[in-house]
Amino acid sequence: MTDQRTKAAPHNQPGTPEERHARLAEAARQLRVEILRMTAQAGSGHPGGSLSSAEIIACLYFDVLRLDPARPSWPERDRFVLSKGHAAPVLYAALALRGFFPRELLATLRKTGSCLQGHPHMRTTPGVEVSTGSLGQGLSMACGLAAAARIDGAGWRTWCLLGDGETQEGQVWEAAEAAAHFRLDNLVALVDNNGLQIDGPVSQVMAVDQVPRWQSFGWRVLEADGHSIPDLLAAMQAALAGSGRPAVIVCRTTKGKGVSFMEGQADWHGKAPTPEQLARALEELGCSGQGPALPGGVSR
Amino acid sequence: MFRPGTGTAWGCVEMTRVDVARLPRQATRDAYGEALVAAGRADARVVALDADLSGSTKSQKFGALFPERFFNVGIAEQNMIGMAAGLAAAGKIPFASSFAIFVTGRAFEQVRQSVAYPGLPVRLVGSHSGVTVGQDGSSHQAIEDIALMRVLPHMTVLVPADGPSTRALVNESLSIEGPVYLRLGRPAVPVLYGEGGFAAPPFKAGGSVTLLAGRDATIVACGVMVAEAVTAAYRAEAIGLSVGVIDAYSVKPLDRDAVLAAARATGALVTAEEHSVIGGLGGAVAETVAEEYPVPVIRVGLLDRFGESGAPDELLKLCRLMADDILAAVRRAVAVKR
Ligand SMILES: Cc1ncc(C[n+]2csc(CCOP(=O)(O)OP(=O)(O)O)c2C)c(N)n1
Ligand SMILES: [Mg+2]
Repeated sequence: MTDQRTKAAPHNQPGTPEERHARLAEAARQLRVEILRMTAQAGSGHPGGSLSSAEIIACLYFDVLRLDPARPSWPERDRFVLSKGHAAPVLYAALALRGFFPRELLATLRKTGSCLQGHPHMRTTPGVEVSTGSLGQGLSMACGLAAAARIDGAGWRTWCLLGDGETQEGQVWEAAEAAAHFRLDNLVALVDNNGLQIDGPVSQVMAVDQVPRWQSFGWRVLEADGHSIPDLLAAMQAALAGSGRPAVIVCRTTKGKGVSFMEGQADWHGKAPTPEQLARALEELGCSGQGPALPGGVSR
Repeated sequence: MFRPGTGTAWGCVEMTRVDVARLPRQATRDAYGEALVAAGRADARVVALDADLSGSTKSQKFGALFPERFFNVGIAEQNMIGMAAGLAAAGKIPFASSFAIFVTGRAFEQVRQSVAYPGLPVRLVGSHSGVTVGQDGSSHQAIEDIALMRVLPHMTVLVPADGPSTRALVNESLSIEGPVYLRLGRPAVPVLYGEGGFAAPPFKAGGSVTLLAGRDATIVACGVMVAEAVTAAYRAEAIGLSVGVIDAYSVKPLDRDAVLAAARATGALVTAEEHSVIGGLGGAVAETVAEEYPVPVIRVGLLDRFGESGAPDELLKLCRLMADDILAAVRRAVAVKR
């Protein structure tokens, strides 16, 4: 991404496209490692939908978003809303690896007194912009954020990640019509279209055909392989083109991606791996020890 | 003497009798419309949202003057609350208005999750509260909104009795950190504060106004019932009872000091609100005295029933929300006190 604000993005590293893609793929791998470790440690949580969002979050937090971890409330920062708040582990992992708070805190997820609540809370966690967890509400808040930037003539953007099952909520479509009506082209929604919700396939529980649905609401619709870094980066860049319309990226994903026995299993929506399952999963991710995913990390 | 944050000290009374029936009248929603414009002029952070009722809630004037800061979201109250939360998270002071039942009922969970839990400074404005909505009937008459908002942590609940106190509270709300629910009404009601009425103290969250001091019982009222309470207190004199009246416009935080002082001084309380007797001002007062200084509390309000269609004053009669109903409650309270 290049625009006049690139200077304010300390994490944007020079390099060839291949280096950039490799760096982000590594970031996604590390996010997965942290998701699994922290949910196993907590003994509960939502690995499936966190794993399916790993590349999306890696591209945003390690490349696209203008953020300064040393100044979480820097007024010009881009805003990210995790509307599918149950995927808190992937967000917390990204915030920790980017240095918003120490990585050790991830081990306190869901524990009494922890700043890492089971679902994101803006008052306890540096870098969390709004409080979510009740599905269907995040896109409305993202509209409000984007409207505020518009009023102020500010250049920061608002991004919002939704689940595909989540889009069954009527409020999502109230927000969708409002974003189009108010021409919020500083707002980008992303749908983690992993095809699963708690009770099974979205197509069976209550089908939502994402592309025509968003199109009919007046949105500019982009599609991407949600596990392909180049695909996601291209779509994110295109989404920012600014056309008087809000943009949505429908991301084809696999729930539980990266862990063979979790992939495509609705069952892994909301349960933590046992220590044995964690060990197997980490091995698959090329990381068997208990130490940091990779010394040095990828945050800079 | 008014003590900021604690309300009016006991014993401060108007010496001359206020003739409630002859006071000029104004709807609190009209006063809100004026106050919102003033707030918008005074503070560039003020933005307003409405859900296709801006002509009724009176946010329309603000929208005409500040179109870039006004969002009519259509008939979509849940999204309105979420957008207000997002605007607040980005440093704005949003006023989100609709009918009281829709802003607190339809969007209750949005208010809870997106506004109250993070303590965002959204001002929820519910006009058309209570049965004085009139002919539209029960679907449009909020009788449970105070209870719904009062139960939420972080929430301030303000129920002004007239235009001047509404204007003062809108202005005051600009400096309240967390979320605020402002309950307004549809009909024109007596202008209690100002010329010919009571002296207007500063209105603050956690405050109250002791309009009349009494010896035998005290009526704690809010909203349209304050004027009825004053009338009831004057009528009580004729039967030899000295009755005080408190305008408890801040239902949450409640002015505990004023309520407890009244309990100690008069030994019997009556609450009066255009709301269910469950969970509203009556609940708040009863909870307070039960823990600190138990005295009889007789609650005047809707007796676990919905409203219905009709002329507002006829509905007040039907639902036993008139001065004489309050007076009957006062007699009961005095009779049961030890
Ligand atoms: C309003 C609301 N209803 C129900 C839930 C419980 N819930 C949590 S996650 C979930 C399924 C979400 O499915 P989807 O949006 O597809 O998310 P993903 O597959 O990405 O995990 C449900 C029903 C909730 N959090 N909020
Ligand atoms: Mg899903």
